[in-house]
Amino acid sequence: MATTVAAPPSRAATLKYEKGIWSWLTTTDHKKIGQLYLYTALAWFLVGGIEALIIRTQLYGPNGRLVSADTYNQLFTMHGTTMIFMAIMPLSAAFFNFLIPLQIGARDVAFPRLNAFSYWIFLCGSLFINASWLIHKAPDGGWFSYAPLSTRTFNPGLNMDFWVIGIQILGVSTLAAGFNFITTIINMRAPGMHFMRMPVFTWAAFVTQFQIILAFPILTVAVVFLLFDRFFGTQFYEPAAGADPLLWQHLFWLFGHPEVYILILPAFGLVSEVLPTFSRKPLFGYPVMVYSLILIAFLGFGVWAHHMFAVGMGPIADSVFSVTTMLIAIPTGVKIFNWLGTMWGGSLRFTTAMLFAIGLVCLFTIGGISGVMHASPPADLQQTDSYFVVAHFHYVLFGGSMMGLFAGVYYYFPKVTGRIMNETLGKWHFWLMFIGMNLTFFPMHFAGLDGMPRRIWSYDANQGWTNDNHVSTIGAYILFVGMLIFVYNMWRSRRSGTRVGNNPWDAPTVEWSTPSPPPPYNYAKIPQITSRYPMWTREGPHSISAAYPVGAPAEAPEPTAEELHIPMPTPTLKPLLASLALTLAFIGLIWHKQVPIIILGLALFAVVLLSWVLTPLEPEH
Amino acid sequence: MATIALPDSHADHHYTATGQTHTKIAIWAFIGSECFFFASLISTYLIYKGRSVSGPCPHTVCRGLHPILNIPVTSASTFVLLMSSLSMVLAHSAVVRGDRKYSRIWLATTALLGTTFLGFQAYEFTSFVHEGLKITTNLFGSTFFTLTGFHGAHVTAGVLWLVTMLFVDMKRGLGPRDAINVDVMALYWHFVDVIWVAIFTLVYLIQ
Repeated sequence: MATTVAAPPSRAATLKYEKGIWSWLTTTDHKKIGQLYLYTALAWFLVGGIEALIIRTQLYGPNGRLVSADTYNQLFTMHGTTMIFMAIMPLSAAFFNFLIPLQIGARDVAFPRLNAFSYWIFLCGSLFINASWLIHKAPDGGWFSYAPLSTRTFNPGLNMDFWVIGIQILGVSTLAAGFNFITTIINMRAPGMHFMRMPVFTWAAFVTQFQIILAFPILTVAVVFLLFDRFFGTQFYEPAAGADPLLWQHLFWLFGHPEVYILILPAFGLVSEVLPTFSRKPLFGYPVMVYSLILIAFLGFGVWAHHMFAVGMGPIADSVFSVTTMLIAIPTGVKIFNWLGTMWGGSLRFTTAMLFAIGLVCLFTIGGISGVMHASPPADLQQTDSYFVVAHFHYVLFGGSMMGLFAGVYYYFPKVTGRIMNETLGKWHFWLMFIGMNLTFFPMHFAGLDGMPRRIWSYDANQGWTNDNHVSTIGAYILFVGMLIFVYNMWRSRRSGTRVGNNPWDAPTVEWSTPSPPPPYNYAKIPQITSRYPMWTREGPHSISAAYPVGAPAEAPEPTAEELHIPMPTPTLKPLLASLALTLAFIGLIWHKQVPIIILGLALFAVVLLSWVLTPLEPEH
Repeated sequence: MATIALPDSHADHHYTATGQTHTKIAIWAFIGSECFFFASLISTYLIYKGRSVSGPCPHTVCRGLHPILNIPVTSASTFVLLMSSLSMVLAHSAVVRGDRKYSRIWLATTALLGTTFLGFQAYEFTSFVHEGLKITTNLFGSTFFTLTGFHGAHVTAGVLWLVTMLFVDMKRGLGPRDAINVDVMALYWHFVDVIWVAIFTLVYLIQ
């Protein structure tokens, strides 16, 4: 197949620093790691979507028998786990990776090899947990895995073993990335990039990382207890031994509610980049947008027990968490109004990215309003564990997070690839998603209020839920068609989309001053930042990017790092090897506690780590 | 190519916005995260205190079994661990002033004191098992061994870090340019000590 061997010259020119699979395995470049995250997360998003489609097909009519109750439990558990930990979080991580260094005017993240490790251990963890499908023993205790229901006593199989270990591996990835990005943002801002000049996406990322490094240790501890209970016979979640049956719920939601904001804040950040560009107005109330991000993150740690109103905590606790939950709606509402204020009076351009951003503003608001309804304990008692809750969190996670992330994909695709995504297909994608999403999730409000419980695998014809479920299932198929169009559009645009220059959208922030795609070193000269929107000031574009022509696609290839005397990290396989070694130890644990394999894995990990820390990042000069 | 002004890339390269090294910022973020980790473990211990339905108790005779905690021995091991923070400070100071002999002596002393603390912990764990408290015995056993075990794992990681640093010292000698790495390691070490002070107070001293 000679045709596949010879790459077209334009592609060769664009991707000149990518040479084959090896360059991806050894890369420490945040832009390539960001792309790895992007494509992996989209693949898992498709897997999670197919799981959802099977669920919806099962529930299309009464007494559905497409899958067994056991399989159904595995499907809804893995749908939630996949979408949260393997689709939305890594999609956000794709943007953290790609954008943070570019937006603060840096050449890479603070610890490039740790960054590669974060990706590889995420890939290993996601493959590990999904390997359970091969033996039809996928986790089946819900993504929240309530103990004691998930202890060995009530859930004896391998299913939840995959979950506790898989979540632990994914947690390593998220935490490592968190320390890395916090350091990057604090320490690698270009001269003049004060905190209050940072692009709002970077602010959202910054706040999210703090939530991650403070919330994930709590999940780690909760899961360690469950792991010890399941593997070593401890009694953390054994009520017969005197354990509190609510311990898991408290620990899990103390992580789980900040997690909700970990999922949504990056999307808020992306939308705060897209709306100003396509309204041709600076973001309305920038400082307030930043303060509201911080306030949301802070209050996010004080609302966890609103997930637990039905467990009988008593009126005092219920009231306190009700009030904090209603309070957190205030900074969130501030953001909605500021986005409206940004668009108000602007000269709007309805590109696909803009449509998705407006989609977030509309749909997240609906999810936000039903969220405030849950904040009232009496109302929540009616809604708990019903489809009303399913409708609510899909409006915030699909209508919010995913809409925002799609906006980000369309908006930043030209920066990532040097090509623009097809707008016609993009608009088909948007409208199918928008319609499909509302058809799927809006009727769930009614099904829920009519008493349809969550997580049931089938229902009877006389329960009055049939029509709502018909509509939901049709909507889910429309969503899936929209998603297929998106995948096709991405594949096609990456190969043959129209080539564009540095700043195709006439966007204001500094990352748009670099070539598309940026050279490995990002900035030939570290930019000097003088304002929040440097590309919209008279002298900004020229002072930032004196080295590059502004506008048209670069004709000549950019100079290499060697020509500019910029030291670059040496490509290395060690992050990948370290991830594999650590995963091996976990495989030993799940495989009947094979101690030699665990020790081998840990020993290999230690050896790779030692050789890693003793090797300098860059060649000595 | 002629239009491109060559940047002063080396100055660019070592520029940081705060003037601190990346590792210094990262270790503080890590310590913040670890606070929540140990806070969760300690809270669980305290919530479950007195709720065991079988086996021995920490401070009192219960179900005919002796109180399990040996405060005098643990006070000794606590003293050893606190002294290791002192020797770590001396090690850092020796590295800063480029004193190779005392860098090595104090780093080795710190590693030795850390190992001694771990020895005390191994002794404590074995004697508890002999007296009938295992991690599976009751809630006290589960929470106690998990909490102190994770602390011990952190001390072990610190000792390995010290040994790696000594290894680098053997290979090429530590000098003032390594001060920041020793500083970061010392921050971690002191943090692990401070956590032990909290554990010793909340688990051992308060009845």
